[in-house]
Amino acid sequence: MPDTDHRETLLEAVELTRKFDGVTALDRFSFKLRRGEILGLLGANGAGKTTAMNCLLGLTLPTSGQIFAFGQALHAHRIAILQRSNFSSSYVSLPGNLKVWQNLLVFARIYGVREPKKKIAELLDMLEVAHLRERVTGQLSAGEGTRVNLCKAFLNEPELLMLDEPTASLDPDIADKVRKVVRRVQRERAIGILYTSHNMKDIEEVCDRVIFLHKGRIVAEGTPEEIVKRSTEHSLENVFIKIARSGDLEDINGKEPAAP
Amino acid sequence: MNLRIVHALLSRYIFLYTRSPVRLVEMVFWPVVDMLVWGFLTVYLRQSTSGEFPHFISFLLGAMILWDILFRAQQGVAISFLEDVWTRNLLNIFVAPVRTCEYLTATFAVGVLRICVTAVALVLIGWLAYSFNVFVMRWWLIPFFLNLMLFGWSLGIISTALILRWGQAAESLAWAVPFFIQPVVAVFYPVSVLPAWLQPIALALPATHIFEGMRSVMQTGTMSWAPLLWAFALNLVYLAVAGGFFVWILNYTRQRGLLTKFSTQ
Repeated sequence: MPDTDHRETLLEAVELTRKFDGVTALDRFSFKLRRGEILGLLGANGAGKTTAMNCLLGLTLPTSGQIFAFGQALHAHRIAILQRSNFSSSYVSLPGNLKVWQNLLVFARIYGVREPKKKIAELLDMLEVAHLRERVTGQLSAGEGTRVNLCKAFLNEPELLMLDEPTASLDPDIADKVRKVVRRVQRERAIGILYTSHNMKDIEEVCDRVIFLHKGRIVAEGTPEEIVKRSTEHSLENVFIKIARSGDLEDINGKEPAAP
Repeated sequence: MNLRIVHALLSRYIFLYTRSPVRLVEMVFWPVVDMLVWGFLTVYLRQSTSGEFPHFISFLLGAMILWDILFRAQQGVAISFLEDVWTRNLLNIFVAPVRTCEYLTATFAVGVLRICVTAVALVLIGWLAYSFNVFVMRWWLIPFFLNLMLFGWSLGIISTALILRWGQAAESLAWAVPFFIQPVVAVFYPVSVLPAWLQPIALALPATHIFEGMRSVMQTGTMSWAPLLWAFALNLVYLAVAGGFFVWILNYTRQRGLLTKFSTQ
């Protein structure tokens, strides 16, 4: 099918394969993330999302295949690409023994943020955590920590952002606020976001397009609505469960009756 | 190399040390304990051997202080890396636009700061408790200091690479690596004391030339430049090898997908 989307490609994986001791964690994984798009990467535990994310961040080298960001090969232009990107994960924390402002100032300096103190204050306000500025990071609740991590991720005004389960461990109220902030920033700055989550409400609300992974392979791709429509299921959550259990694309294309 | 990034990383370590004064105590406590033990031992030996070892006290205390320069330089690199492991910050650093050389340079700078704190404490105690004046080595002290610091950095890089490869299970190497070479580099005794087969190995280590030079300066007030040049040349080789080893291990951990374990350990 010809590619009719003319927006700039921010991130592209081409036939990405990663094997660990003979086990294929990622199998010829290809996708494009466009400017101004939020792409959800979905799949059950062990489907290959984390491996994909680690490869895209340059933490793990692929066994084969290539990664391009801003039109440049990741392996050759890693630093230039990382300068224009950022990352946040619920599972990677900032140093717990420093105050929130100290952690953010260190990263603001790494990214060369102009007027770092002003920028930090703006982001803390935006994520409604300004009152945590002087708190020691290790003493924050999970939800507070996640929002401070997001401040770090927005520091350099990235054009490409990778968010690994940003609403995990957040209560519904805060999760809703985080989703709105992510959506707002993406609209205002037309950034591309790669977003993983196990929360299908998150995905339906935030993502323009999703990719379902199963055993390292793409088994479905499209907008959340398209995928639900193509399947015999009534919700994205049911599609997720079905793929996690059967892993068969045929099943979501209507060959198996939907559960009542 | 971007100095802005080195400064950013260094500021993180400075925040850490200023927020936690206990870390400063750790930098001073063990060296001071060592200094007191060795100092009293040498005083005892001098008293009970009726002046048979005129330079003994100077040799031991001088060696003790110089050894600590090497050890603290190594610790500056290895412990700074471990701080990032302990605080699970390593992945944040690896996904930020930080080059390996910038990261290592920041840890070198931490090493210099640690050395300054420790050296001031040791020099003061040596002077006050044992009337030992480290400046008896005069201007030779500067090349001694620089060479030991360079070798400490090399050992620190190697320790860090090993921890990177084997994870926190290999954490004790951060403290153990300098002590693997301590018996060979002739810190407290001349190289001639070592078995003949071990002497070439000792001379292949830059620190050996420095400790030999220290004894020569203390005994005669001067030394030949040749050992210093040897030490410097060897240091360049060791730094290049250590840097290459670190990059090789870093690539290996990326290939094996081992880097991400630091976010979960």
